[in-house]
Amino acid sequence: MANRFWNEYQKKIADNHFYYERSCIRQTFFPGSETAFLRMLKEELGKDVFDDFRLHTCTGIGYHADVVPLDTTMTVVGRIFSLMTEKGYENFVPSCVTSFGIFTEMVHMWEEHPELLDKTRENLWKACGREFNIPKNIAHPSDLIYHFRFELKKLMKYSLVNRFTGKPLRVVEHIGCHYAKIFPDKGVGKAEFPYVLAGMIEAWGGEVVDYPERRHCCGFGFRQYIVQENRGYSISNTKKKLESMEPYEPDFIVTNCPGCTLFLDRWQYTIAEMENKTYDREGYGIPVLTYEEMAGLLLGYNPWELGLQIHQVQAERLLDKIGIPYDLKQKYNAASGKILRAPEKPENLLV
Amino acid sequence: MGNLVDLIKADVRYQDSLKACMNCGICTAICPAAEFFEYDPRRICDMVQRGDEDVIEKLLRSDTIWYCGQCMSCKTRCPRGNVPGAVITILRTVSQNMGYYKDSYYGRQQEELAEGIGTNIVDIGYCVHPDKVAPSKHPEQGPVWEWYIKNIDEVAPKFGANYHGDGPGALRTISPESMEELRKIFEITGGDELREMLIKGKNQK
Repeated sequence: MANRFWNEYQKKIADNHFYYERSCIRQTFFPGSETAFLRMLKEELGKDVFDDFRLHTCTGIGYHADVVPLDTTMTVVGRIFSLMTEKGYENFVPSCVTSFGIFTEMVHMWEEHPELLDKTRENLWKACGREFNIPKNIAHPSDLIYHFRFELKKLMKYSLVNRFTGKPLRVVEHIGCHYAKIFPDKGVGKAEFPYVLAGMIEAWGGEVVDYPERRHCCGFGFRQYIVQENRGYSISNTKKKLESMEPYEPDFIVTNCPGCTLFLDRWQYTIAEMENKTYDREGYGIPVLTYEEMAGLLLGYNPWELGLQIHQVQAERLLDKIGIPYDLKQKYNAASGKILRAPEKPENLLV
Repeated sequence: MGNLVDLIKADVRYQDSLKACMNCGICTAICPAAEFFEYDPRRICDMVQRGDEDVIEKLLRSDTIWYCGQCMSCKTRCPRGNVPGAVITILRTVSQNMGYYKDSYYGRQQEELAEGIGTNIVDIGYCVHPDKVAPSKHPEQGPVWEWYIKNIDEVAPKFGANYHGDGPGALRTISPESMEELRKIFEITGGDELREMLIKGKNQK
C-alpha cells in the first residue's frame, strides 16, 4: 500500500540521449559542477549528452525580475527547443533550477493554451526562421544523478560516513524552490516530500537531517538579491534556515539549485563577518556543496578541479571526515600549475 | 469591469493564478516576504478578486507588489490551487505597462534591473556572468570571489570552463549567430520595448 502511494510521487526520467542546457548562475559560480555532471554522465555512465555551444540564457532571472516579458521568454524557450530538435534530441536537461521552472512553466502554458504555442511558433519563425518540437522528457540534472544513484554508487571510492566515528554523516538537503514548488508533479517526491537529494544521501551512506525550516526559501528572491539595497531580505531568509538547522549539527549542506548553494555559502561568511557568528562549533561554518560536488568527491574527483576552493566556507574538514586526500599546495594553483597568491582570509570566518 | 481589472484578467496567467480565493491566509503564513516586509498575499488576492478599480490602482502604484521574492511557496499550500506569486507577476506587468511603478520606490528599482540583467541578456547572452559581478558591488561574495575574478583567466580552465572561448563549455562567448537570433526575438516580442522603456524612465528622473 505504502509503495502504491509513493509511486504517485515519482516522475518519469529518461535513461539516455540528453540535450544539456547550461545555467548562467552555475557557469558563473560553480563551473566545476557542470563539468563534473557531464563527466559522470558521459565517462562514468556512458550516456549520450549533447552540450550545444549555440545556446544562451533562458532569460529566467530576467523573467522573474520582471524585465523580460512572457512572449519574449516563451520565444527564447522556443529557440532553445529548436536547437534541440535540430540535433535530434527529445530529452531536455536544463542545468539550473530556475530554468527547469521556466521550461516546465512554458510547456504547461502551451498545453493549457494552444493559441500561445501557435503565437510562439509564429514569433520564432519571424525572428529566426526556426521550428521546434516540445521535449518528450524534461529532467533536472539532479533528477538524473538521483535516477542513476545506485549505478554511481558502484563506482564510488568513498561514502558519506565519518571515518573517525563510523557513523553516517549528517546532511542537510535543500531543494531549490522552483524545482517542485511551481509544478509539484515535475519533481521527485513533489513539493512536500522532495526526495531527489535525500535519495542520493541515503543511497551513499549519509543521514538526512530533518529540521523545522527545511523547506524555507534560501532567500534569493531575484530582485531582492540583485538590487544591492534589498539584500537584507536575502540574508534574513538564509539566517532563518541556518538558525533552524544549527542544533542538529549537520556535517554539510547539499542543494540542487545554484542560487541556494551560493547564498547558503556566502551569507554564512557575511553573518560571520557582521556578527562573529558561525553555525558550527569551531568557527569554520557549514560547508555547502552542489550535488555534483558531493557525488564527484565520492567518486574520487580532485576537490580543486570540482571548485571547492571557490566556495567561501571551506570543505577540508569535511574531506578529512570522509577520508578524501587533497593536496593543499595545489588548492590555489592556476590550471597551468603556476602558483597564485591565496585569497585574503576573512576576519572572523576560519578557513 | 473597469480598465485595470480587464488588463489583469486579460493576462493569460490569470486563469491559472486566481480562481476563487477563500481568504484562508495560508499563503501569508508560508510566505518569506510576509515575514520580512509589511506584505500580505492574502490581502492582495482579496483586492484583485474584489475588482475595485481605485483600490487596484493604488496597489499598482505602491511598494507592496514589489516585495514578493517569487519563490512560489504560496502555490504549494493553497487549498484552491491559486498562485499569489503569479498574481504578483501580472500586477507588476500591468504596473509597468501603465507607468504606475514610477510612483513606488521599490517599483523604480525596475529601472536598475533593466539596465543590469536586462542589458546583460542582449549584450552577452547571459543573465549573470562573472564579468558582471564586480567584487566592489558584492562585498557579500567575500575574498574568495575577489581572488577568483582577479585570476579567472588562469583558474577557470581548471574547472573545465571555456571562459571567453569559442565552441562549447561554461562561460564561452555566445556566438554572433546566436546573439543575432536572440536579439531578433527581443525585437519582435516586446523585450526591447520593455527594457528600453524602463531604462528611459531612469534617465527621466
